[in-house]
Amino acid sequence: MAPKVEGPWARFRSEFAESRLAMAGLLVLVAILAIGILAPVISPQNPYDLAQLDVMDSKLAPGEKSAAGGTYWLGTDDQGRDMLSGIFYGLRISLGVGIASTVFALAIGLVFGLVAAYFGGWVDTLIMRIVDIQLSFPAILIALILLAVLGQGVDKIVIALVTVQWAYYARTVRSSALVERQKEYVEAARVLALGQARVVFRHLLPNCLPPLIVVATVQVAHAIALEATLSFLGLGLPITEPSLGLLISNGFQYLLSGKYWISFYPGVALLLTIMAINLVADQLRDILNPRLRK
Amino acid sequence: MLAYAIRRFGQSVFVLVLMSFLVFIGVYAIGDPIELLVNPQADEVERVRAAAALGLDRPFLAQYWVFLKGAASGDLGRSFVYNEPALTLILDKLPATIELAFVAMVMAIGLGIPLGLLAGLKPDSFIGRAIMAGSILGFSLPTFWVGLVLIMVFSVQLGWLPSNGRGETMMVAGLPVSFLTADGLAHLAMPAVNLALFKLSLLIRLTRAGTREAVLQDYVKFARAKGLSQGRVIGVHVLKNILIPIVTVIGLELGSVIAFAIVTESIFAWPGSGKLLIDSINQLDRPVIVAYLLVIVTLFIVINFVVDVLYSLLDPRVRLGGAAASH
Repeated sequence: MAPKVEGPWARFRSEFAESRLAMAGLLVLVAILAIGILAPVISPQNPYDLAQLDVMDSKLAPGEKSAAGGTYWLGTDDQGRDMLSGIFYGLRISLGVGIASTVFALAIGLVFGLVAAYFGGWVDTLIMRIVDIQLSFPAILIALILLAVLGQGVDKIVIALVTVQWAYYARTVRSSALVERQKEYVEAARVLALGQARVVFRHLLPNCLPPLIVVATVQVAHAIALEATLSFLGLGLPITEPSLGLLISNGFQYLLSGKYWISFYPGVALLLTIMAINLVADQLRDILNPRLRK
Repeated sequence: MLAYAIRRFGQSVFVLVLMSFLVFIGVYAIGDPIELLVNPQADEVERVRAAAALGLDRPFLAQYWVFLKGAASGDLGRSFVYNEPALTLILDKLPATIELAFVAMVMAIGLGIPLGLLAGLKPDSFIGRAIMAGSILGFSLPTFWVGLVLIMVFSVQLGWLPSNGRGETMMVAGLPVSFLTADGLAHLAMPAVNLALFKLSLLIRLTRAGTREAVLQDYVKFARAKGLSQGRVIGVHVLKNILIPIVTVIGLELGSVIAFAIVTESIFAWPGSGKLLIDSINQLDRPVIVAYLLVIVTLFIVINFVVDVLYSLLDPRVRLGGAAASH
């Protein structure tokens, strides 16, 4: 399998590298992912281990020394927690929630979209009607209501994000599957009397993937931003598992007294993450869009 | 047209009833409001009496039926917390939200279309690139964080603008509005900019893309060849043709701007319906949550309908569902 895909991969890589901005985005994204994964290893302190926190160190400005001698490069919050460590751990949670919800939503949307396109008729009408109704409401409103009902928690916010996102994938998959199913290779597979599941998943699905990849990349950024917004409103994650949004929310009350760093730096981390993903997604869209093919 | 309107109305009522049922189930499942409303020291007798007074002791379907009967006559229940009709509470707060959303939308349209045109006509110039870079930033920045930075810069550092509330209001046609007083304007500035930013970026991108396509079309070349002034070519020939998708998006975004006002209102403590919703969720004030949703859904349905009708007026090629059959 590996030597065969070498060709398209190499072309894909060189096309991606054409945009310096996209490469910069990718670099930042890789760094952020590494930080998220390695957070427990590289953080100066474990921000959730109360034994490591010193109330004497609370609300120190960036660059100030701790009572124990270390330096808080990004300052501390109201509980004397090192902001840098808090951001590393927050990134971990934000990325985890964003990626997990995207993967689940993708899987669900994929199945429904394929089923709608392949079977057509009333199945198609029913699924797409649900998609249409759902997409006519802003994602934030639906997520807000769901969380109001479900309560706080990582699992709950993932459920809410999956619920608001699956419809985008269902619609994308359906439209590309409708085009693909007219093509001869699908007919050939049918003529060979392959099982329906095999035709759908082995023949139709791989050819519907490119637009999905683009939508999924953009949606990871959306999911992260939405999670941050919901957590900021106090409806997302519990205080024991602070994502970037919760860190920002926590610092908001100190903003008016000039202690900007508690909110500001987690916000910068959030912004960098979202921008890096968007830059990568933009370039992916250009490469994978057959209409822009040279 | 009439057949279309009637069918749309039927669909809308169905969506509304369905939404109310789903929301009612959901909200019904949220904790027990008695826990929050009754003094924790109260004995069992008191709790039962309070539950009976609010109708919470009846079975779920009975509660929903009472709600539906009330809703049909415009009664969406009484707030547990404020002991006022939920609908009145929301309608009291809604003008503040609509004012904010309206000002934000006017800002986004007033700036977005000219900037998008400029970027579309001169895509490779410095100004064109700068506008696009700005719009990408506007897309990436989460609304709530922009709000924080605005407060940080203009309220805390510079001390120019107030960070919360509506400021001094003036009564116009029986409703308080902020944008007619200097103090009100100062209070309105940051929330409106905050809410407008995302829509502004969207409109810039949309207008730019439309303009870039339109200027290559034959009818624009022909208009130029006829010797029409640049202003007329752009104002009439280009703008008119790119307006259709723009109007659609503006219409659809009108609803989402009201939904996003929830975030902006929470940051700037703007006393609108979005803030009321967040407060109600935190206090488990069920009737207000349900009423808010129904009001918003109704608003959405009305907006979508108006957009569809406008669309058919702007683009004669579009025929609305029912009308197509008669041709």
